[in-house]
Amino acid sequence: MALVLADTSWVSAGQIASDIAAGELSAAAVVDDALARIEKLNPALNAFTAVTAERARARAKAVDAAHDRHRLPLAGVPFAVKNLFDIAGLPTVAGSKINRADPPASRDSPLIERLEAAGAVLVGALNMGEYAYDFTGENVHDGPSRNPHDLTRMTGGSSGGSGGAVGGGLVPLALGSDTNGSIRVPSSFCGVFGLKPTYGRLTRTRSFPFVGSLDHLGPFARTTNDLAVSYDAMQGPDGADPVCTDRAPEPVTGALARGLDGLRIAVAGGYFQKGTSPEALEALARVAKAAGAKDDIDIPEAQRARAAAYVITATEGAALHLDRLRTQARDFDPAVRDRLIAGAMVPATLVNKAQIFRRWYREQALKLFTRYDAILAPATPCTAPKLGQQTFVIDGVEMPLRPNVGIYTQPISFIGLPVAAVPVPLKPLPIGVQVITAPWREDIALRIAYALEQMGVAAAPRPRLQAG
Amino acid sequence: MTKQLDDFIEAAVVAFDLPLEAAWKPAVKANLEVTLKHAATVADFELPDAAEPAPVFKA
Repeated sequence: MALVLADTSWVSAGQIASDIAAGELSAAAVVDDALARIEKLNPALNAFTAVTAERARARAKAVDAAHDRHRLPLAGVPFAVKNLFDIAGLPTVAGSKINRADPPASRDSPLIERLEAAGAVLVGALNMGEYAYDFTGENVHDGPSRNPHDLTRMTGGSSGGSGGAVGGGLVPLALGSDTNGSIRVPSSFCGVFGLKPTYGRLTRTRSFPFVGSLDHLGPFARTTNDLAVSYDAMQGPDGADPVCTDRAPEPVTGALARGLDGLRIAVAGGYFQKGTSPEALEALARVAKAAGAKDDIDIPEAQRARAAAYVITATEGAALHLDRLRTQARDFDPAVRDRLIAGAMVPATLVNKAQIFRRWYREQALKLFTRYDAILAPATPCTAPKLGQQTFVIDGVEMPLRPNVGIYTQPISFIGLPVAAVPVPLKPLPIGVQVITAPWREDIALRIAYALEQMGVAAAPRPRLQAG
Repeated sequence: MTKQLDDFIEAAVVAFDLPLEAAWKPAVKANLEVTLKHAATVADFELPDAAEPAPVFKA
C-alpha cells in the first residue's frame, strides 16, 4: 500500500475512496495531507474555526483497519462542517461569540455520524456568518471567510467557510445550512457545486437552528458525483427532527449518468433576470443552451415570495434569539442584532399572512412542474463582491448588499424545492446557476448537474492559492 | 410615517422588553421599515378566507 501521497488538494471524494478501496492510498495519508493543507492555507482563507486533528487521525486509522473499507463509499474522505453542526467535545458556536460559553456538544450531529459511517473523516468546523443571518461570509468575531479565487472578495454566506474550504481545495466535501440561500450563494461565489435538498429531506437534529420553517442542511463538493454520494449517505428518517421526512432513502448516485433525454427544462424569466448582472445572464444562457432549455417561464409572484420569506425569517429569527437579545445584546454582531430587534417588533398578523401566502405560492409553483421537470435560474445576481462592500446595484437601484444577495434563492427555498447549484467557470470569477426541481426530485437536479459537468459547462475552477 | 414609526419603536421597546441603545436605533428603524414594506407586499395579496397557512399541526 502506498502511504505517501503527493497532493490530494484537487482529488474528488469519489476518487479518494476508490484509491483507498484499491489499496493505492491510506486514509491516514489522505487525512495528514488535508491537515497539512489546512495549516498552510487556512491563514489566508480563514475557512476553519476549529481543526479536529487528533480525532481525524484516530478515525483515519480506524478506516485503514476496517475490513470492509472497500465497501465504504466515502472511505478516508476528509470533510468539515459549518460550525452550527454539533461536534462532540466542542461548543456549537454558530458563528457567534455568545455560544462560545455553551457546554461542549455531547454527541455529533447525525449527518456527521452518517458520513463517518460511510467512511468519511471529520477534520474540523467552518466559519460562518453569525447565527446564519448573513449572505456575505463575513464574521465580526472570527474574521471574514475569504474567497479562494480572490482573497479580497467575499465567499458569500452564511456557509462561507464551507464554500471557501471546498473551493480552496482544503477538503473535497463540506456541509452547510441553507435557510434563504446559504448553500447556494457561497457555492456561486466560490465556484463549487452545492445541494440544497427538499425541505425535510435531511435531518437537522443537533444543528443550531435559525428559522425552523425554512432551515435545510446539505453538502458542498467539487463534483456532482461527490454531492450525490454524500447526499445518499446522509438520507434517512429521524424522529428527533419533526420536519424530517419518513420517506425511505431514495439514492441518486446510480442514476446520475442517465443524461438529459426526456427531461423538459425551462428557464425562469421575469423577476429572475430583470436588471441582473451580465455575468449572471451569461452563466444562465450557457447552462440553458447546454440543457436544451428553450422556454422562458414566469414563476408567479416570486418577488412577493421573497418578501414573505424575508418576513418569516426576521420574525422567527427574532423569536429564537429573544432571550439572548434581552440579556446579551452587546455580544451580537451589530448587523445581526439590529435586524433581530426589528424582527421582534413585527406583528404576528403579518407573519401569518406570509405563511398563508406560502401555501398558495407552493401550489402555483407545483403546477409548473406538471409541464417541466426542472427550472433554471441564477444563483446570485453578481459574482463575488469585495469584502466590506456595503451596497450593490440591481435593476438600476443601489441597495444594501447583505440582505439582498439572496434575491434569487429566497423564492425557491421558501417552498422547500430541491436545488443543485452548479458553478459556471467564467473568468475572472465563477458564478452559479440553480437547477430547481419538484419536491423530492433531487435525482433530476443532480442528473442535470452531472450532464452539465460532463459537457464542461459546469465545473469547479481550481484557484491559484499561496500560503497566507 | 417616520414619526409614527419612531413612536412605535419606543413603545415596542417598553412593551416587549427589548434592548435598544440610542446608537442602534437608526439601523433598527431602517430594518423595521424594510421588513414592514415586505410584509405589506404580502398582505396586499388577496387570498380567500379559507386559505390555510403553510405549517400544519397534526395531533
